[in-house]
Amino acid sequence: MTTTAPEIGKKKPGRSNRGGVMGNTGLYIATGVAGLLFLLPFYLIVRNSLMTDPEITGENWKWFPTDIQWGNVTEPFNDVTVDFAQSMWNSVVVAVLHTVGILLVCSLAGYGLARIPYKHANKVFYLVLATLMVPTAVTFVPSFVLVSSLGWVDSYRGLIIPGLFSGFTCFLFRQYFLGFPKELEEAARVDGLGYWGAYWRVVVPNSLNFFAAIATITFINGWNSFLWPLVIGQDPSAWTVQVALSSYMTNQTVNYHLIFMATAISILPLVFVFLFLQRWLVQGIAQTGIKG
Amino acid sequence: MSTTTTRGVAQPAPAKVSKDRPRRGPRASSTFNFWLFTGPFLLGLIVFVFVPIGWSIYLSFFEARFTVTPSEFVGFENYKQVLTDVDFLNSLVTFTVFAAFIVPATWALSLGLALLVNRLRFMRAFFRSVFFLPTAVSYVAASLIWKMSLFNGVRFGLANTVIGWFGVDNIAWLASPDPPWYWLVIVTVRLWLQSGFYMILFIAALQNIPRELYEAAAIDGAKPGWQTFRYITLPQLRATSTAVILLLLVAAYQAFDEFFNLLSKATWGQPPLVELYKMALGENQNYGAGSAGAVVLTMLICVVTLLQGKIMGFGRGEEGK
Repeated sequence: MTTTAPEIGKKKPGRSNRGGVMGNTGLYIATGVAGLLFLLPFYLIVRNSLMTDPEITGENWKWFPTDIQWGNVTEPFNDVTVDFAQSMWNSVVVAVLHTVGILLVCSLAGYGLARIPYKHANKVFYLVLATLMVPTAVTFVPSFVLVSSLGWVDSYRGLIIPGLFSGFTCFLFRQYFLGFPKELEEAARVDGLGYWGAYWRVVVPNSLNFFAAIATITFINGWNSFLWPLVIGQDPSAWTVQVALSSYMTNQTVNYHLIFMATAISILPLVFVFLFLQRWLVQGIAQTGIKG
Repeated sequence: MSTTTTRGVAQPAPAKVSKDRPRRGPRASSTFNFWLFTGPFLLGLIVFVFVPIGWSIYLSFFEARFTVTPSEFVGFENYKQVLTDVDFLNSLVTFTVFAAFIVPATWALSLGLALLVNRLRFMRAFFRSVFFLPTAVSYVAASLIWKMSLFNGVRFGLANTVIGWFGVDNIAWLASPDPPWYWLVIVTVRLWLQSGFYMILFIAALQNIPRELYEAAAIDGAKPGWQTFRYITLPQLRATSTAVILLLLVAAYQAFDEFFNLLSKATWGQPPLVELYKMALGENQNYGAGSAGAVVLTMLICVVTLLQGKIMGFGRGEEGK
């Protein structure tokens, strides 16, 4: 009896700071300052890409361009030193095919490992697990050795195919399919569908959330990857946009506004992906813990 | 099981395999289907993962400059060369220093951001997006911003402009190893890029902590704030923290993009993968030594991963990319 009264008074112990006006103000000031710092690099891209070079490199810091230089937008595409348009196109092709390929190959394998009975299935699964012990980036030397002897240097094949067989993504799909409700597949089986039919007509359509999450993360990784395209893209015509951006930093002449406009354009597709698919992304990360 | 990564825990499922036998059709049909589903992946895995690794181990015992089909067997000569190479050994030191900065810093910042965002009532989704947005940016683009604008060594770089307001001279952030200002640039760029991602993991974990724990603590007279954080929040986040630290460490070990772009002309501050890149794909194209280096680095990370798993009670096969 006597113990109930204080409990009611302290109903939300974990949140008691929230009630105070001071606590709230402090909280929002701290979050706001951190938020501004996190947005600062984005601001710098926009500022520099819409200024003239004399303004960027001027004595006094200017927060905003005097005249917004919309003409800068086309400059990376007219640049003679780096074929920026080609590199953007290469990135689109590579990121899209990378995503589609990984989803197709790894989801099928994950389903097979999770659901189709086979006496050596566990041995196969351990083979996949073994590849997780070796970090992907460290194996770029051996992979390059193989790809160059196949004659795939400077080609889409070389950029895309070796990256499709991700043990980790296959593993994630397997874990997901283990938790997929069996009743749905059994219903499909009763209707006379084999594994293949049940997979495409029942399992995939009911797993679109998970596919979307993996697709978003895979696309971002594909677009942003640098080491492998750098190794494979020996000729500028095979550069992805990341390799092109990297080359700007070591060029003899530096056009600041052009470089930053190119950076802005290279980030734009991802910002769109991000804004529209953030829900899947957050869900995917929370579910799987993989890096986007 | 408050961890957000439970889906990633490896659990072979032998029991399920036997129960799940199809009711109609012979077993051969399920064997056929197994290979129909997993065959393409396994074939690719063998050709593009196992064959290169095997080939690379083979190459590491041969003199292989400018060729991948060598004939001169040299035994452990390549390993000896790599392990006595000052640059290679220095790169391991660089990694250690880098990890000592970036792992605790990212852990603290991402946890801090998660705690902040988790307590917001208004604009929570907005701030979560703001902190998460850098995840969409590539290391190359971020390095470019840091090098060309934020930490440009001349007056018009933002950092130099700001310290200029206080009458401090320009600092050449990336031009010299002494004083090692480059660490500030290297660490902040990665901090900005990856904190939002780990914040998401922490937010998910925070939301899994049972409310009753805080209520019980309040009845026992615990003060909200440091006490509840220290004795409830932090222990409840143990599994996530362990996973985060392991992921951070593996990621730091594979750092390449920002070092390659920020310190492109430097001879110092080169991490293992950059050294490997120079060895195998630089002027010498020494695939033998490069392969030996790759083998050494792979073995090192396996040992570190396993050790850390043992020490931190986290040995169930969760792996990051």
